[in-house]
Amino acid sequence: MSIDFHREGSPVADAKAPAGPIEDRWEKRRFSGRLVNPANRRKLRVIVVGTGLAGASAAATLGELGYRVANYCFQDSARRAHSIAAQGGINAAKNYRNDGDSVHRLFYDTVKGGDFRSRESNVHRLAEVSTEIIDQCVAQGVPFAREYGGLLDNRSFGGAQVSRTFYARGQTGQQLLLGAYQALQRQVAAGTVDLHTRHEMLELVIVEGKARGIVVRDLVTGEISTELADAVVLATGGYGNVYFLSTNAMGCNVTAGWRAHRKGAYFANPCYTQIHPTCIPQSGDHQSKLTLMSESLRNDGRVWVPKQKNDDRHPAEIPEDERDYYLERRYPAFGNLVPRDIASRAAKVVCDEGHGVGPGGLGVYLDFADAIARLGKQAVEAKYGNLFDMYERITGENPYERPMRIYPAVHYTMGGLWVDYDLSSNIPGLFVTGEANFSDHGANRLGASALMQGLSDGYFVLPNTISDYLADGPFPKVDETHEEVVAARREVDERIAFFLGNDGDRTVDSFHRELGKIMWEYCGMERTDEGLRKAIGLIRDLKAEFYKRVKVTGKAGGLNQELEKAGRVADFFELGELMCIDALHRTESCGGHFRAESQTEDGEAKRDDEHFSYVAAWEYGGDEPVLHKESLVFEYVKPTQRSYK
Amino acid sequence: MKLKLRIWRQSDADAKGGMVAYELDQVSEDASFLEMLDVLNERLISEGEDPVAFDHDCREGICGSCSLVIDGQPHGPQAATTTCQLHMRKFKDGDSIDVEPWRAGAFPVIKDLVVDRSAFDAIIQAGGYISAPTGTAPDAHAAPIPKQDADAAFSAAACIGCGACVAACPNGSGMLFMAAKVAHLGLTPQGQPERHTRVLGMVAAHDQAGFGGCTNTGECSAACPKEIGLDVIGRLNRDFRKAATRAA
Amino acid sequence: MAVSGILLVLFIIVHMAGNLHVFEGREEMNAYAHGLRTLGEPLLPHESILWILRIGLIALAVVHIWSAVVLTRRSLAARPVRYKSKKPAKGESRHAAATMRWGAVVIVLFLAWHLLDLTFRTVNPVKDVPDAYGAVVATFSPERWPVTVFYLLALVALGFHLRHGTWSAVQTIAGPDTKWRKRTQALALAIALVVVVGFAIVPLSVTFGLVK
Repeated sequence: MSIDFHREGSPVADAKAPAGPIEDRWEKRRFSGRLVNPANRRKLRVIVVGTGLAGASAAATLGELGYRVANYCFQDSARRAHSIAAQGGINAAKNYRNDGDSVHRLFYDTVKGGDFRSRESNVHRLAEVSTEIIDQCVAQGVPFAREYGGLLDNRSFGGAQVSRTFYARGQTGQQLLLGAYQALQRQVAAGTVDLHTRHEMLELVIVEGKARGIVVRDLVTGEISTELADAVVLATGGYGNVYFLSTNAMGCNVTAGWRAHRKGAYFANPCYTQIHPTCIPQSGDHQSKLTLMSESLRNDGRVWVPKQKNDDRHPAEIPEDERDYYLERRYPAFGNLVPRDIASRAAKVVCDEGHGVGPGGLGVYLDFADAIARLGKQAVEAKYGNLFDMYERITGENPYERPMRIYPAVHYTMGGLWVDYDLSSNIPGLFVTGEANFSDHGANRLGASALMQGLSDGYFVLPNTISDYLADGPFPKVDETHEEVVAARREVDERIAFFLGNDGDRTVDSFHRELGKIMWEYCGMERTDEGLRKAIGLIRDLKAEFYKRVKVTGKAGGLNQELEKAGRVADFFELGELMCIDALHRTESCGGHFRAESQTEDGEAKRDDEHFSYVAAWEYGGDEPVLHKESLVFEYVKPTQRSYK
Repeated sequence: MKLKLRIWRQSDADAKGGMVAYELDQVSEDASFLEMLDVLNERLISEGEDPVAFDHDCREGICGSCSLVIDGQPHGPQAATTTCQLHMRKFKDGDSIDVEPWRAGAFPVIKDLVVDRSAFDAIIQAGGYISAPTGTAPDAHAAPIPKQDADAAFSAAACIGCGACVAACPNGSGMLFMAAKVAHLGLTPQGQPERHTRVLGMVAAHDQAGFGGCTNTGECSAACPKEIGLDVIGRLNRDFRKAATRAA
Repeated sequence: MAVSGILLVLFIIVHMAGNLHVFEGREEMNAYAHGLRTLGEPLLPHESILWILRIGLIALAVVHIWSAVVLTRRSLAARPVRYKSKKPAKGESRHAAATMRWGAVVIVLFLAWHLLDLTFRTVNPVKDVPDAYGAVVATFSPERWPVTVFYLLALVALGFHLRHGTWSAVQTIAGPDTKWRKRTQALALAIALVVVVGFAIVPLSVTFGLVK
């Protein structure tokens, strides 16, 4: 065992992105990729796991193309995938505002925003496809916000200098997902997609080196079955729930991705986690999740904390000169509008120093008093009324009279399964789309880019790239009795039998909560060598205790929500460990990954391009994962240090 | 705070089921209703009992998973609020609270408070979409939509498909859910070509699924956490009449 | 349901208006009643139009009740297991669930009495059919006050029935937008009030001796 908990393997490279001018690469790849003729598509079966933006759009589009699609989700309806909760909007380089936007600018902003840790080819394709997404969604009837002239409205979002964000009030994710869901239901009615709701993927089936199927549990009957196919697409979302408290839905989990990882798929950049600065703080130990408040609040709200430590006065009693508007003080140029990672870390710093407000001192004020004085209460209400109402429902405090309390919370994970330009993992036949892959956001995702990537992957990229793989199919028939299939099923059965048979005394949630605390403490907004080493030890101990003491009630047959959670938390332990190992090895700070050892004199993140300009693709290796580096080459956007001073 | 709960327990779809009483102490008033149930479940598990099964996911009022009838009211006493956003400060110390699943023939109980709402998906499959295969779209600005139509379409499209309308309706009708989709798509120019087949198909699927008929009591709209109005039902009726006369 | 309902509402309004002839005195009232019987004469046989109208009304009532039965059976099937816990309704027509079906039963019972009383005169002291005025005065005479009370009760049921039924029928047939729905609801309330007052004023006047 090495001192850094891992060993280094051979480098990995993306062999699919064509060379040449970046504007032509996607065009070139689409032409060089082989096609499957329509008559043959009927003979090809594709499994899509997940029905969020990336999954539903992929399943619907593949169904339209004539492939036979089997689509799975653990929710009771495809419409409930967590994409539905995205609030802000979706970026597209339409330049409807004539404000200087272009495909190249969106590409540039995304590479820079990702702190130069993403692939130029992928990001450029994303920017190109962005405009088609908006057209597609409008054609589906997505009710984007419009102006009085009847044309689409745009707003500037997440500190972008151009207005390229399309939105549907604060529910853009919902409307886009319902568009994809409806397209999917249309295919279900047409018989091209078999949709299985309340089914959870528990294992990947690999036969002769190719992904050929999945093992699923019917969450209603408890029945374990296998679905076999010519290719498998994972669109299973992010893994922010490793922190227990996050803005993710309760069901979000890493199991599908982690099972694929254990079977050989590389997991890339697991430590890149986005922590969103404007969430409602935790109110007590009962807390099960954190709620995001739209970033747009920072456009008019001013962030401050009391200058005096542990000041428990009512905010109204704290005079102006005893308040520290720390974002405005530290970042005069951007003020309250600094990017997410910077705003989050600044909040942590002031709270760690003892200036935090609210329960446990984990909160800062977001004050609208000035905005109300300047614009009038009515104008503020028109802009943010629904958010204020939500805040009041959750906290019981009236934000018109008392400043909101906010605190950062885990929101999105940039890391994920490693994929090449075709969105294929290193396992042939296993494709990964949306938040589940690592591909486009580098070390930090810009606001309104997650929806763009999910739909880009599902509607436009995967359906074009998967044909190159499927052109070799149909692959030799595999049936339920194949030894690999039997083995995969047996692993699932054994895992379930273990949990139900374990004579434990602690609930799954109690372990999950504890794991989350370790991750948040040591692998959250600020990471250190010492802390990460400590975390790895703590996680390993807790994992051992989990297997010894976890108690799962109920039986294997029928709905058993505890059993579902146990399997997910078991995988979170292993993922959490890998995240810490990845964070430990990356001694630079970049994007959502801040290493205390790597900062400038005034406390800003310091990248180390000389040593870390690569994607860390991890191969499963039990206690000692293997690191494969994929070098990042920047031909069009020259890496610079970000500055928001 | 201290609570007396009576919760519907039913071990599986075929079991008889009944209300079971629990007492819960030291409930934080900052906890959400579902977090209160989490606390109860933690206790039940440690006592070796089967925890209460209930559907939930996003816990921020948008996914539409949560589905509890609290004291006879879908999503509980607070207007325009899903169960997951309902907080215990809306209750008083010592309160007795009844918790039941959505009750509808079209939503059979799977276990405890979990019901099967796939009938809603079946309604959407019968026409709740615009046929726009990927890649066929004209430029997004090709068809301007008057702002008031776009806003009205959005308001209807805000439906989260939770099923509170069915749970609240004295007739167990799914009219508001169905009408919200008909209104959303019917208010966009893209939705016009399929406007008539859509409403006929969806109404047939709705009736086929075993939902009751609408008698315009308005209970659906009053229970809707997204405050979808009865105007969408009017719109559906209008479209249905036109479509039916045209088909005849 | 809605179409038959609207036609029945129209009938009720005409019926109510016709009743007010009682205030013009015995001659006028009986002339009106006679006029109904001789409508269309001499072109058509005696009472022919009246019977066409009666058959139409019976058909409407049958259709209306049959639709209600179908709808009710569907509702019962759509909720096979009832809630243990109940809360008062809070919808726009919150009285509807409680009053439509029970009200209908009251109205049907009343209708049976009403026909026996004032059409067939089986339970009315005045057997002379052309003397409609006499029959009205006799049945609501002060000493027969329970008849008046029953009549008023039935009217309350009818009022609630119309208040929901009228706008509900318009909502089902025409599907108004929010503005027109509110107007329809107001109109339905107005119709219900006018019908209740218009009908109630006759028996009350008789019972309190204003019409003799």
